[in-house]
Amino acid sequence: MNTEVNFAGIKMKNPVTVASGTFGYGREYSQFFDLSELGGIITKGTSLKPRPGNKPSRIYETPSGMLNSIGLQNPGVEYFLEYDLPWLKKQNTAIIVNACGSTIEDYVELCKILNKADIDGVELNLSCPNVKAGCLAFGTTYEGVKEVTSQVRKVLDKPLIIKLTPNVTDITLPAKGAEDAGADAVSLINTLLGMSININTRKPHLANNTGGLSGPAVKPVAVRMVYQVAQAVNIPILGMGGIVNGDDAIEFMLAGASAVSIGAGNFIDPYTSVNTVKGIEEYMKKHNIEKIEDIIGKVQMN
Amino acid sequence: MPVQLQSKLIKKEQLKPDIFKFSLSAKEITDIVKPGQFIEIRVTDGLDPFLRRPISIYNIDKENGILEIIFRVQGKGTEILSRKKEEDLVDIIGPLGYGTFKFEGYKNIAVLGGGIGVFPLYELAKNASKSATVNTYLGFRNKEAVVVEEEFEKISNKLVITTDDGSYKIHGFAINELKKDIEDGKIDAIFACGPLPLLKAAQSLAKEKNIPCQISLEEKMGCGLGVCLGCAVEVVTGGYEHVCKQGPVFDSNKVVI
Repeated sequence: MNTEVNFAGIKMKNPVTVASGTFGYGREYSQFFDLSELGGIITKGTSLKPRPGNKPSRIYETPSGMLNSIGLQNPGVEYFLEYDLPWLKKQNTAIIVNACGSTIEDYVELCKILNKADIDGVELNLSCPNVKAGCLAFGTTYEGVKEVTSQVRKVLDKPLIIKLTPNVTDITLPAKGAEDAGADAVSLINTLLGMSININTRKPHLANNTGGLSGPAVKPVAVRMVYQVAQAVNIPILGMGGIVNGDDAIEFMLAGASAVSIGAGNFIDPYTSVNTVKGIEEYMKKHNIEKIEDIIGKVQMN
Repeated sequence: MPVQLQSKLIKKEQLKPDIFKFSLSAKEITDIVKPGQFIEIRVTDGLDPFLRRPISIYNIDKENGILEIIFRVQGKGTEILSRKKEEDLVDIIGPLGYGTFKFEGYKNIAVLGGGIGVFPLYELAKNASKSATVNTYLGFRNKEAVVVEEEFEKISNKLVITTDDGSYKIHGFAINELKKDIEDGKIDAIFACGPLPLLKAAQSLAKEKNIPCQISLEEKMGCGLGVCLGCAVEVVTGGYEHVCKQGPVFDSNKVVI
């Protein structure tokens, strides 16, 4: 049985990664299991300079999911390179850095630095719904994604993954923008913009009023979008959105994802990601699948 | 280092219509836990409610590996938790939080609690009472809300109970009783947990009297491990720290509440 995948040129021992912002830089979860059991780690969104993040309350639970408005709090790329990367390198798993910025210049500057770092790839965050500038401004249109991607492509030789927002009319357009500008892969979905109101105070639960919805509640939306993007582009897809077990991961792969990420699922059980790896193996045994790569995009539409 | 356990519910007591005490078998946690730390409980195997519930630790029986929590039914999650039966397994992660109550070195400490905020103070008061004089000031809404009075009585050199409506013991706020003792010069550190107005009052009292004060905070929490950065608390030096990581116990001078 072979669970290896070659995702956008990144060799992974299995298709299971952990989504940006749900796993920090790995240290906390390494208290529970050996990170080498994962195909890869997508780091917390990292920017050129440190970001303090948004005012609390930053999270609110919703049915089978949660809203968050963290605001990309992170210690900045220099701190990451000095403090987290040397440790991460010893964990024997693929390291993909989620890179975020406010302007095209930010993204380019950051990716110049990351190009020299000993990492396996970059996931460009063009889709955070919780920060005012940047990100989302580029991420919603074909032209916007194409422009940032092509500027970054000029300075980044490593595998480049563009993370897409679902908060658009047609997600295949930004996906094509990424492909046309030379991205190696796309990842989707980032969170769905949502809102929840405290009916007693009549104020939104989140200090930022709106936030990104994640967790199993968004899974059918994510599966549908992965399928649509798989039909529209020829680059691989990192699929995510509410995955909590192996069956969910298989569903995304059948829809067209070459690899998957566990996001909010990490919060409900620290072992969700490794249990997902086990669940995929069980599915392969049960269905006599020799190579996991053989099921990618193999949904049979009615 | 935190661990995840399927912990057996050894004993369940209903202290009030909406307040429950669970005794959980959790030796791996009780061996290493410190006063002020908490656990996170997954109340269902399903996906709704989705997140774990952070619950403070009331008492630790290290010898028998028993961890006690007391919680109030506040919503869907704690309501499901309250329906667990003795012998059931409870999915817990702990001990969590690196900011714990630091009582070593103080000779005369004040423990100030309000409402359900009194529970995380018990383990602290119990441990501190071995080496310090412990004065405890607990405030409740009314007579019906008073809990764990006898337990605090046993470990406190002095126990003051107040009620907001005067229906039991002293009429008024617990902090006003603490103020009197501070003026008599009897207190060299304050440890507080409770509703925000109580914490704010403790913070300003400590500043005014120049007494060290440690407060236990709560905030909506995602992972409990310092990963999601959800449970942010503003710090006076700018930016944010997190209840589950640098907290839940903070130096009162350090945080903006």
